[in-house]
Amino acid sequence: MAILRNKHRRFSAARYVGLAGIVVLAACLGYGQTTNSCLDCHSALPDLLGVSQEKFSQDIHAQKGLTCASCHGGDPTSDDPDKAMSRKAGWKGKIDRKQIPQLCGSCHSDPTYIRQFNPSLRTDQLDQYHTSVHGKRLAAGDTKVAVCTDCHSVHDLRAPSDPRSTVNPVNVANTCSRCHSDADYMKGYSIPTDQFAKYSTSVHHEALAVRGDLSAPTCTTCHGNHGAAPPGVDKVQNVCSNCHAFQAQMYEKSSHKKAFESASLPGCVVCHSNHGISHPTDAKLGTGPDAVCMQCHSPGDACDQARAGFQSGLSRLDEAIKSADQVLGVAESSGMEVSEARLGQDQARDSLTKARVTIHSFRKDLVDQDIQAGLKITAKNLEAGKKAMVERNHRRVGLGMSLIAIGIVLAGLWLYIKKTES
Amino acid sequence: MSPLRNVRGWLDERLGWEGLIAPLRKKTVPLHGLSYWYFLGGITLFLFVIQVLTGILLLLYYRPGANEAFESVQYIMTQVQFGWLIRSIHSWSANLMIFTAFAHMFSVLFLKAYRKPRELTWVSGVILLFLVMGFGFSGYLLPWNTLAFFATKVGTEITGQVPVIGKPLMIFLRGGEDVTAATLSRFFGFHVAVLPGLTTLLILLHVLLVQRLGISIPPKLEVQWTANPSEKREMKFFPNFLLRELMAWYVALGVLGALAALFPWNLGVKADPFVSAPAGIKPEWYFLFMFQTLKLIPPKVWFIDGEVLGVLVFGLVGLLWLLLPFFESDHPSRTKRWITGVAVFALAYVAGMSVYGYLAK
Repeated sequence: MAILRNKHRRFSAARYVGLAGIVVLAACLGYGQTTNSCLDCHSALPDLLGVSQEKFSQDIHAQKGLTCASCHGGDPTSDDPDKAMSRKAGWKGKIDRKQIPQLCGSCHSDPTYIRQFNPSLRTDQLDQYHTSVHGKRLAAGDTKVAVCTDCHSVHDLRAPSDPRSTVNPVNVANTCSRCHSDADYMKGYSIPTDQFAKYSTSVHHEALAVRGDLSAPTCTTCHGNHGAAPPGVDKVQNVCSNCHAFQAQMYEKSSHKKAFESASLPGCVVCHSNHGISHPTDAKLGTGPDAVCMQCHSPGDACDQARAGFQSGLSRLDEAIKSADQVLGVAESSGMEVSEARLGQDQARDSLTKARVTIHSFRKDLVDQDIQAGLKITAKNLEAGKKAMVERNHRRVGLGMSLIAIGIVLAGLWLYIKKTES
Repeated sequence: MSPLRNVRGWLDERLGWEGLIAPLRKKTVPLHGLSYWYFLGGITLFLFVIQVLTGILLLLYYRPGANEAFESVQYIMTQVQFGWLIRSIHSWSANLMIFTAFAHMFSVLFLKAYRKPRELTWVSGVILLFLVMGFGFSGYLLPWNTLAFFATKVGTEITGQVPVIGKPLMIFLRGGEDVTAATLSRFFGFHVAVLPGLTTLLILLHVLLVQRLGISIPPKLEVQWTANPSEKREMKFFPNFLLRELMAWYVALGVLGALAALFPWNLGVKADPFVSAPAGIKPEWYFLFMFQTLKLIPPKVWFIDGEVLGVLVFGLVGLLWLLLPFFESDHPSRTKRWITGVAVFALAYVAGMSVYGYLAK
């Protein structure tokens, strides 16, 4: 009996292990099965209809738990294509371009819905889009204009903070240029298509793309994103002033503001251009090829004289800073301690920058004030550098005399040794 | 009778001056082709005296404290009359002293001057070298500049790698978990009180031993001179050798003055504990060979942490180095050649690794 009982126990144990194995196997097989049957077929379809599992898994919507049916409707739980893509199950098929903003807006304009995923995400994109040139033209029946998916991509849409996103600040200009630099595509809109080419040469592009300064402007910074539109001639300085606040303050009070407004000239753009803004140098105030003043003013007039005064003042301060730097550099490389004067040079450079900003007031008294302040600081630093050089020379003379004295003592000692030993 | 003789007579009457200097009059220095190596010990001593004197002068203005140290050194360099000279001489002299101490040690090693009965002279000398390096390490932090701050951080971190006592030792050195103003206070204390006290005592012992045991003769020469005493050549220590030593000191003074005037010691940028360490930070040149070795050891050697292994090996080598005379034969004709081989290897290793460490990025 005992043997039989043991056999029975062995059988029971084997049976339980077997059952457990079947459960684990079934669970493993079940784990691999998808609840989104759309991808089972669409991952095997060619490009236009094809969406791979890998691509969709990169999409922020998929990561937040949304599925194909969230936009396209249908029943993704059914393996039967007829059932999965039945109108009865709410299947919408390919979304019409005209309907895309509305479809995206059905979630993104709902603060209560969006809050559960990202409470800080704005929900006015659709409203803004309706005010944009893109939105207005779409409403008028132009389906060539950009809709949400053109900029944000589709099925692999990433958060703007993701460097791979098409709307990440570093990639925005490229995204816009896909349409705006395509002369064939833009035919009929009568707007230039060289914005991107010009922007690529600009100081803003250099800051953003080369130096990686994400605060530097790209297309959307000046034109807006969802509400994209040209700033308008009289609003240009409002756009630039978002970053260049001091220049804007000076310009606001200047004689140029009224003059430009009355001539319907676009403020900052008149001198600095728009997309291809180059690094502003003092040569802009000159009479050479980079000069801007003389495009409107005549040689010898009061404004030309003021321009010449500004330019000479700036170059005087610039030269003074360079001279002091040079003297301090030599003193420093000679081991002299001139760190305080070096710090002072930064203040002088600040004065030069301030003077260049003050140029936007076009007032000689204000610009002179900054230049004089800078020159005063530079003169002090130059003096410190010269003093350090005099001190260095004193030290060398002192060293020479000490070495001579040491030499004499050494010679004396040697003679004394020779004398005592002889 | 001249006034000088009067003073000497007066002092002799009260102090027994003649009795005190009598051993110096009898003292002789072996004269041979390598005699000039005997100057190195005296030059190191001279530089130590310079260190003490310039250090006392710097103490008149230096203020230890995270908010004052850098500014006080800047004040010394820019405002105090000849402050730049005193500080530059102090810094250059420190480096030269460590260099001459190393050179003295290797000359003693190659001339086999550490053999019986001079084992204790060697031991006190090696401990003095360690103390001098301690002076360098503690003094480097005192100007509280960026390089010094991070070099101290790295240096004390390495100390923390020593098994069992490493962590408490690191906290003791730093005065806490991190390098802070407390570390500066401690290092200042070590630099101006603890180390000078210990060093002065050991220098006295070292010089006393040299005086007591006389100057060693290289083994080959010793055998030769013992066999043929008429070949023996000597020079009186006082005044002949001392006058030559004095000349060497004057040369050292000239070199120091030239270095200080032509290359005043850099002040650097004030330490900011909140910024990241400058790229490629390295310790002073005399620690470079150890630093570079630790960098080259893989993170794991078998099951031991690479850095821990490195620190342990350096500790063991330091101990064996200290005890080196006890592995040597005391008979001049039976000296151990392998010790000379070890000395050559050690010199090549220290020099090679230092150059490698200096050039490495």
